Amino acid sequence: MDTKGFTFKGGIHPPHFKKLTEQKAIEKAIEPKVVVVPLQQHIGAPCEALVKVGELVKAGQKIGESKSFVSANIHSSISGVVKNIGMYNTSGGSKVNCIVIESDGKFTVHESVKPMGNIDELKKEDIINIIKESGFTGMGGAGFPTHVKLSPPKDKKIDFVIINGAECEPYLTADHRIMLEKSDDVVVGAKAIMKVLDVDKCYIAIEKNKPDAIETMKKAVESIDNIEVAQLEPKYPQGDEKRLINAVTGRVVPSGGLPMDVGAVVQNVGTTATLGNTIKTGMPVIQRVVTVTGNAIKEPKNLLVRIGTSFKEVIEQCGGYSEEPGKVINGGPMMGIAQFTTDIPVIKGTSGILVLTKKESEVEEPKNCIRCGKCVEACPIHLQPLILSKLSLLNKFDETEEYHVLDCIECGSCSYVCPSKRKLVESIRVAKREVAAKRRKASK
Amino acid sequence: MEENRLKASSSPHIRSDESVNKIMLDVLIALLPAFIASIFYFGVKSLILVVASVLSAVITEALCQKIMKRPITIGDLSAIVTGVLLAFNLPSTTPVWMPVIGSAFAIAIGKQVFGGLGQNFINPALAGRAVLFACWPALMGNYVAPLGIDAVATATPLAILKGTADAGLQMPGLLEMFIGRIPGCIGETSAVLLIIGGIYLIVRKVISWRIPVAYIGTVAVIALISEGNLTGMSYYLFAGGLMLGAFFMATDYATSPVTPKGKIIYGIGAGVLTMLIRKLGGYPEGVSYSILLMNVATPLIDKYTSPKIFGGAK
Repeated sequence: MDTKGFTFKGGIHPPHFKKLTEQKAIEKAIEPKVVVVPLQQHIGAPCEALVKVGELVKAGQKIGESKSFVSANIHSSISGVVKNIGMYNTSGGSKVNCIVIESDGKFTVHESVKPMGNIDELKKEDIINIIKESGFTGMGGAGFPTHVKLSPPKDKKIDFVIINGAECEPYLTADHRIMLEKSDDVVVGAKAIMKVLDVDKCYIAIEKNKPDAIETMKKAVESIDNIEVAQLEPKYPQGDEKRLINAVTGRVVPSGGLPMDVGAVVQNVGTTATLGNTIKTGMPVIQRVVTVTGNAIKEPKNLLVRIGTSFKEVIEQCGGYSEEPGKVINGGPMMGIAQFTTDIPVIKGTSGILVLTKKESEVEEPKNCIRCGKCVEACPIHLQPLILSKLSLLNKFDETEEYHVLDCIECGSCSYVCPSKRKLVESIRVAKREVAAKRRKASK
Repeated sequence: MEENRLKASSSPHIRSDESVNKIMLDVLIALLPAFIASIFYFGVKSLILVVASVLSAVITEALCQKIMKRPITIGDLSAIVTGVLLAFNLPSTTPVWMPVIGSAFAIAIGKQVFGGLGQNFINPALAGRAVLFACWPALMGNYVAPLGIDAVATATPLAILKGTADAGLQMPGLLEMFIGRIPGCIGETSAVLLIIGGIYLIVRKVISWRIPVAYIGTVAVIALISEGNLTGMSYYLFAGGLMLGAFFMATDYATSPVTPKGKIIYGIGAGVLTMLIRKLGGYPEGVSYSILLMNVATPLIDKYTSPKIFGGAK
């Protein structure tokens, strides 16, 4: 298992750009004076506020909740006074209902926050309850409520858990640092997830370009029989769930299916470490590690940031800009979303704040497709991006369906390799939206 | 305002440094050894033909784009590649006006009327050559021996093999054929230098191995069966335009399939057609026509060879 590097077919090798922060230990960010906590930080139903303007709240106190199963609770990340509840810009690009809290400077922790007990004594039901109550969502970027993922239907037998430490997006090093500095938490979290799913096999999947993380995690699981480190060939999008399952176990998640269809559950390593910490301390998800990086950042860092802290403040803590920024991205350069303002809060899914220089942000004019086929080779789904894009640009959305447009994972590998700098994934996204909208209409 | 300073374009936010120019430059680099050999074997006339052809291709492209009010893209180097390839397909005896006409046709009718680079369905250089061959067959079939001071008219090895050449002409040795000291079109004779160029393109990932290997492999198998020995097979491999065609013309992006399986089918098809024409057809050589015919089949091949998607049916 450990000499071989696992991988999948297709994909690309973008430059890593990880040198900027991979040696930077996680630093605690300066406590914010004000936080803007969105009531929706996940895929699923938004939460309703449990507090009113003027109310005093404490750190770790539940302030948002939803009756819907597919949702995740929201907690206050500081102690202070609720100043406002209203619509604010967020990194998703739209305005979301947020609770604004002004710090009292004390960071008093809420009474409900206390250690959850020993992992070996906790029962399956206890753990799933902790996860649900503490507001866990996937911290890799997609932000799917964790308790939903860990509640597969009874007929789906889960054989193994994969802890995703691939971190294949260039620039990002938050997961890398977590594995180096919080390996114990990762192990506790992994054990908890295994218990919930009743599985006795767990792989911690790490790309080979993080040898120190591999070594640290190996040492951490040395005495544990059923947790193993799986080394992966560095490649993008190796961290995608379905690619990861394929690389580690050879199993293929069917088109339109979920990992559980092949007996697998994948959890991001950051989520797993946070879970370990929550079990130890009782503190719900109120902070996360964010890689603040890019050539336009003066002092790139890995920061432990309270949820709701503004991007602007986080950037200032890294010495601000070293030159005029061109792009501020929430996440990595391949799938992250470029922001038009830094007046937006860090949320549970903010894995990185990447600031590119003006020059790096220049977008080249697309030229004719020369049919070189590089996009076909790069596509991890084995789609034909050039054809999908062409059909989409001609508004022939029905035909894009025949070419399996809905299977596209929008990883952007096709756009990355295109020598004509065509906006391939961009146009495919349009087609996906159109096809999905048509299907929704038809099912009504 | 910050809002007006930050760019919020769609991901991915980084792009590879791959470009059309770099790809075309690699093709030109790969053609360079064969070009130098052509001057060595056929003299300065080779240089003149290539320069005339390239100039005509580039000027025609610029003129067409100006007339059609499109952006002028001669900087992408693709017209230069077409010019070189067309000239490579001519015997050294052709008059200079022929590559000029051929390249002008190749670019104007073979490429620009369809919308320019990537939009054409047949290989422009081969289209240009086909027109020259149809209009002036005698001038296109006038071969001379390489390194000949007096440029004695002779026949290509394939013509000798086919028996259409004058009786009494000797087949050159295999080594001569391999290094290219044989009569033929200026850029096609040196099998070894074209193979080196082709390998360079495969290593640089400009072309995939699939088309050339399938194409040359198919010709080899059919020739081996029909000739019954390796020497006979080798003549069919190294004589004529197979290496130039397989590595540099059949791999033309715009006119060949993009799917991995499609590339193999396309290569095999071109190989079968080449041997059919050489063995049974009216011409001693069949590379250009095979590729042109397969060009037409490309959309069909692409359609029926869509790769099986990850985790799903075809």
